[in-house]
Amino acid sequence: MLKTVFKGKVWKFGRDINTDIIIAGKRKYDTLDIKEIAKYAFEAINHDFSKKVKDGDVIVAGANFGCGSSREHAPLVIKALGISAIIAESFARIFYRNAINIGLSIVECKEASEKIEEGDEVEINLEKGTIKNLTKNEEYHFKPLPLMMTQILNAGGLVPFLSENNGYQIKQ
Amino acid sequence: MAGKTMAEKILSHVAKKDVEAGDIIIVDVETVFAHDGTAPLAFEEMKKMGVDTFFDPNKVVIVTDHTTPSPSEKISNIHAFLRNYCRENGCNFRGVGRGIGHQLLIEEFVKPWTVVLGADSHTCTHGALGAFATGMGSTDIAGAMAFGKTWLKVPESFKILVEGELKSPVSAKDVILKIIGVIGADGATYMAMEFFGETVNSMGISERLTLSNMAVEAGGKTGLCPVDGKTIKFLAEHRRKGFFKNLKPDQDAYFSKEIAINAAELEPMIALPHTVDNVKAVSEVGELDVDQVFIGTCTNGRFEDFEIVAKILKGKKVANDTRLLVQPASWRVYLKIIERGIAATLIEAGASINPPGCGPCIGRHLGILGDGEVCLSTQNRNFKGRMGNEKAYIYLSSPATAAASAITGRITDPRDFYH
Ligand code: SF4
Repeated sequence: MLKTVFKGKVWKFGRDINTDIIIAGKRKYDTLDIKEIAKYAFEAINHDFSKKVKDGDVIVAGANFGCGSSREHAPLVIKALGISAIIAESFARIFYRNAINIGLSIVECKEASEKIEEGDEVEINLEKGTIKNLTKNEEYHFKPLPLMMTQILNAGGLVPFLSENNGYQIKQ
Repeated sequence: MAGKTMAEKILSHVAKKDVEAGDIIIVDVETVFAHDGTAPLAFEEMKKMGVDTFFDPNKVVIVTDHTTPSPSEKISNIHAFLRNYCRENGCNFRGVGRGIGHQLLIEEFVKPWTVVLGADSHTCTHGALGAFATGMGSTDIAGAMAFGKTWLKVPESFKILVEGELKSPVSAKDVILKIIGVIGADGATYMAMEFFGETVNSMGISERLTLSNMAVEAGGKTGLCPVDGKTIKFLAEHRRKGFFKNLKPDQDAYFSKEIAINAAELEPMIALPHTVDNVKAVSEVGELDVDQVFIGTCTNGRFEDFEIVAKILKGKKVANDTRLLVQPASWRVYLKIIERGIAATLIEAGASINPPGCGPCIGRHLGILGDGEVCLSTQNRNFKGRMGNEKAYIYLSSPATAAASAITGRITDPRDFYH
């Protein structure tokens, strides 16, 4: 079953965070071990990020998060660091799909992206479409994911989803 | 009920029911491809899905184009793995010297009114032929290769109306650079960019491909052009006869954003480092020396591009301190520029011709830049480090601007050279 409520501490980033900032191109070829590659996540803008981040933490960013290449290493390293969810004003399309496909929860919410600050404690409820800012005592709302994406997330990503449903043999 | 956009029309046709923007649908995929950078991971994901055969090997295309011929042992092994895998599973494989995946798909596979998926962000290119074509990550592509289907959200559409006569040598590349400069790198995120108007109608297929190719640089999911007599003639010339209906948006279709471009007033445009939406007119750039000029890629490596370049370079010489690299997008393009004498004109002017493929566009070989060097390229992306060196500067322009600049060794307005 999908975990639909996440509580964590926030790491804040700006807009247009491209896939090369998330993980530099040269790191992707060093090894196939994603945990190893994840050590270098965000290295260009936040030194030692991988050491500072804790299981369950949340990333909050501006518009166009994940723009650039179609490679899946970007959401994979974020998941490997233990990040529970990403909130952004908007996501680049391919990153958005890739995140869902690997079972990483993402939320689009402009208000949250603007008001939440680094270090805030937030609680996201995917089903209700709410983000509680426990530090500031505020609540923001977002449109819950379309059913199809929730189903993929529920299954733990596209691979288990397609194996369970023998491809796309599902009721629409 | 409102009329339909081109995206809604194609997806309604494929889904065999009436769909509109916002609907989530599961559709059949007609063509699915991956390249040497993305195919290995896609095959691995397929295995994890418990599937070891393609849904239909005839509809799967694997191309080694990103680093070809191989510059290293590691890449040679990847190429060998892909070649064997394709042989064993019976799918289409295009190897060394054949060309860029997108160009080969255009020449051999893509059909209008179908869904085309590629494990490459520039798959939007094929929308120029009226296919709903979009780039996806390896896991999605694995799903499509295994089951022949994918899920899509029918996108909202961005109307891009281009009218007025383009004044040669101003071309489609200048149009799309102008558009991205105005709407920004995320101006069309999640949306289908739909290009139409009299200028698009009068463009050949090569120019329409240039427009659609860069849709993703504005965040677009695909870039669509109408299907008309030219499209159908192009397909027939490339062994795809059949009944392909014309395609254009309905008069009363709903577009959530729109922009109009007056092509008659357009000047040659250029994108400055390090983002594609950092666009100016070439005439505004001022004196700037270039170390390398690169003409090729899925954006501008077709016969029509080299035809303009040859017109400008004929009887001229490339500047002493500038190197000119030329790379045909496919072996068919290469053959045609040889047959028509264009290759000879370019070589006489001082150009070096790379074998068909992506070449320096992706920064792994065949023209990597040095520290602090400036490159003017006809490709679609100028991100820092794109051409293999984070300390280099990439400018993007049309083939005409690139050719004129190769002669002077400086960023140059091609109108000075074109009569
Ligand atoms: S030519 Fe450049 S942009 Fe086109 S597919 Fe190759 S690497 Fe990508």
